[in-house]
Amino acid sequence: MDGDEEGVAGPMGDEAMFLNGGDDGRQQWRRIKAAMGSEQIDVEAYASLYIGRTKVMRLLFMAERCGNEGMQLEALRLAYDEIKKGGDSHLYREVAGKIAGRLGPQYTLDQAWADAIDRRAEQRKDKLDNELNGYRTNLIKESIRMGYNDLGDFYYAHGQLGDAFKNYVRTRDYCTTSKHIIQMCLNVILVSLELGQFLHVSNYVGKAEQTPESLDSITAAKLRCAAGLAYLEAKKYKLAARKFLETGPELGNNYTEVIAPQDVATYGGLCALASFDRTELKNKVIDNINFRNFLELVPEVRELIHDFYASRYASCLEYLENLKPNLLLDIHLHDHVEALYTQIRHKAIIQYTHPFSSVDLHTMAGAFKTNVSGLEKELEALITDNQIQARIDSHNKILYARHADQRNATFQRVRQTGVEFERDVKALLLRANLIKHEYNQRAAPRKV
Amino acid sequence: MDSVEALVAHVQALSGNPEEVSHLHSLLKQSEDSLRSQASRLFPFLEQLDPSKHSLGYLYLLEAYSSGPLLEEQASGYLLTVVEFIDSCSAEQIRLAPDKFTSVCKSFKDQVMQLEVAIRGVAPLRTAIRKLQTSSEHLTTLHPDFLLLCLLSKCYKAGLSILDDDIFEVDQPRDLFLYCYYGGMINIGLKRFHKALECLHNVVTAPMTSLNAIAVEAFKKYVLVSLIHNGQVPSFPKYTSGTAQRNLKNYTQPYTDLANCYATGKFSELETSIQTNIEKFQADNNLGLVRQVLSSLYKRNIQRLTQTYLTLSLQDIAGAAQLKTPREAEMHVLRMIQDGEIFATINQKDGMVSFHEDPEQYKTCEMIEHIDSSIQRLMALSKKLSSIDEHISCDPAYLTKIGRERQRFDFDDFDSVPHKFLQT
Repeated sequence: MDGDEEGVAGPMGDEAMFLNGGDDGRQQWRRIKAAMGSEQIDVEAYASLYIGRTKVMRLLFMAERCGNEGMQLEALRLAYDEIKKGGDSHLYREVAGKIAGRLGPQYTLDQAWADAIDRRAEQRKDKLDNELNGYRTNLIKESIRMGYNDLGDFYYAHGQLGDAFKNYVRTRDYCTTSKHIIQMCLNVILVSLELGQFLHVSNYVGKAEQTPESLDSITAAKLRCAAGLAYLEAKKYKLAARKFLETGPELGNNYTEVIAPQDVATYGGLCALASFDRTELKNKVIDNINFRNFLELVPEVRELIHDFYASRYASCLEYLENLKPNLLLDIHLHDHVEALYTQIRHKAIIQYTHPFSSVDLHTMAGAFKTNVSGLEKELEALITDNQIQARIDSHNKILYARHADQRNATFQRVRQTGVEFERDVKALLLRANLIKHEYNQRAAPRKV
Repeated sequence: MDSVEALVAHVQALSGNPEEVSHLHSLLKQSEDSLRSQASRLFPFLEQLDPSKHSLGYLYLLEAYSSGPLLEEQASGYLLTVVEFIDSCSAEQIRLAPDKFTSVCKSFKDQVMQLEVAIRGVAPLRTAIRKLQTSSEHLTTLHPDFLLLCLLSKCYKAGLSILDDDIFEVDQPRDLFLYCYYGGMINIGLKRFHKALECLHNVVTAPMTSLNAIAVEAFKKYVLVSLIHNGQVPSFPKYTSGTAQRNLKNYTQPYTDLANCYATGKFSELETSIQTNIEKFQADNNLGLVRQVLSSLYKRNIQRLTQTYLTLSLQDIAGAAQLKTPREAEMHVLRMIQDGEIFATINQKDGMVSFHEDPEQYKTCEMIEHIDSSIQRLMALSKKLSSIDEHISCDPAYLTKIGRERQRFDFDDFDSVPHKFLQT
């Protein structure tokens, strides 16, 4: 295995630069990391990455999934604080109900506040409706657009996402410049993401990208992220990876109502690992200067990608295991963690076995932090799927690469094809005969 | 009374050369009704005729006689007469009246079946088919009857001599359905599953405008044999008639369920699926095949292991193939090695099995000869195919039909049809 690692590390000079960071430093860092990995995620730090509604939703999701009361309450507390800033009384009641007085009198349901919010909301809605009606009678396009937009904003703030969506979509007919169109698209994308309607997301990303004026880099980056999320949700990991990797560094903290740059690194990195081959991984991830900026934000992901590329699977898998509990708490990624992990693992196994003509299963099991029988099962599944051309010597625990004999295979195929052809032609002649017979039968009475 | 005697005299006089025989044929046709009315007393007259020389006359008398009611004591005498007639009659003469000959053979078959001595009918019917058919590619109405008798008497090998001929000319679609269905069953009986599949496939995919019971039964067997032989049921090829594609599965639900269970590869599920439908399988007389499906799952699982492993302990084989004990696994492996289904050696000391690659190197003379003969066969078949294609593209009936349809659907293409063919 060592020989292989050197062989791989040889041709890539810039990788060496990274490795030059010093094995000592890396080791040390890894130790710190290992200690950290078992720790729970810092909820407050996590929440500070986001703003607006997604912050609340992410916190609530975390509270629901974490299965740890301290963390749950922490998340609910932050969510409570965040909601109080806004005007979504429905969500407020829900969260207060979830807290159920466990955080002291400060965090109980403030009925008066909620009612006041509701009242104000009602008034504001009437006002906006009236204004909009006014604009519509005057037929001033720009005002109507603004009216709908305001109404959409209002519904969004109050958590009525369906209505918000409708109003945002309505502004479409009144858009006059491409700037308006982009604004409309971004609004619709935002609401659709919250609603979980990813089909709309990709639709409106497409619309926004088709506007004649070139997009400014921040908007472009936002659209890439949204498209990436839509692909991720549709389980098209390769496309998702491409989108996240194309995201420009200008994104920064400009889209925190949807996604944090850390997320871009994590989502993009994992999807890329699961779906790219070696060269693609090298060209599009490791050598991608833009994406490197994102990866710096999440060192674990950066490390595990480099480990994977340098065939240090054990440490790569270790990082993955450490990341797993936190990823399962992510509102977008949680459904896909298992699928991505299996794909990454399979890729690792395939890559590991690829260069060898025989592999000792004990060594390999060590490299993958598993036992021999478990590895055997995994290999068996991959061989059955024809992803690895090899056979297992279960007696001596060795995996042998299998070299198909072209000549024999060809002969076999020729025979097979011959037999099939003969059978098909005979059956065909028979059927032709029947059809002819039937036709003659039907034709016969007509002639008489 | 007189007429019969006169007729017999005619028969005796007019059986020499073909012209006389055709004259006789018209005479016989005229007296058909009177013969029928006196059916019961015709038997003695038969003795005055020689079946080999006066075949046509003999056939008419015999047919008239057998169309009447037969008494039990007459039956065995009747059988003997028919057997003798079939053996010695002249093929040219009986081909003048094929429907009469067929009807004699059918009543003969009915008699044999009624007396439950199917085996006595096998040899005569084979001779009858050979005499009746104009070429070995011709399917006569007697084919299915012959195969039925083979099945009833369990003389499967006897059926092969007929089944091995390729059939291309068909008189009656129903004959073909039955012929292929029975043929499939005979091949199943001999465990020639790929041949059986071919036969049943022909039934299932035959053009049909309405569904028939033969096709339904054939499809049931087709599903089972596919599972035994290939481990999966192929979907309908696109040339299958729409009727069959739409309806067959509805009538064979237990079998489709079985196939789905089989695909999961789980032994216990398959077993429960069989248990729930066991009465239906029994009623269809397919229980034996269903059992074979079950045991083929073991084989399939073991065969899959040969793709993945070089060596594997019997214990693991038992685990992977869901067998209970390593001992049982050993028996299965042994049997499969014997049948040439896998290539392996068993190391009893360690309880290990080593799987090998297919030792066939395609270097032997036999293999070359085998391939050469396939090539010859295929070339002949291709020639036949192109000649038939040519023939059909010149067939006036075909061209009028095609011409008419083109005219209706696609005016632009109309001109490409040769006009001289359209005027017929």
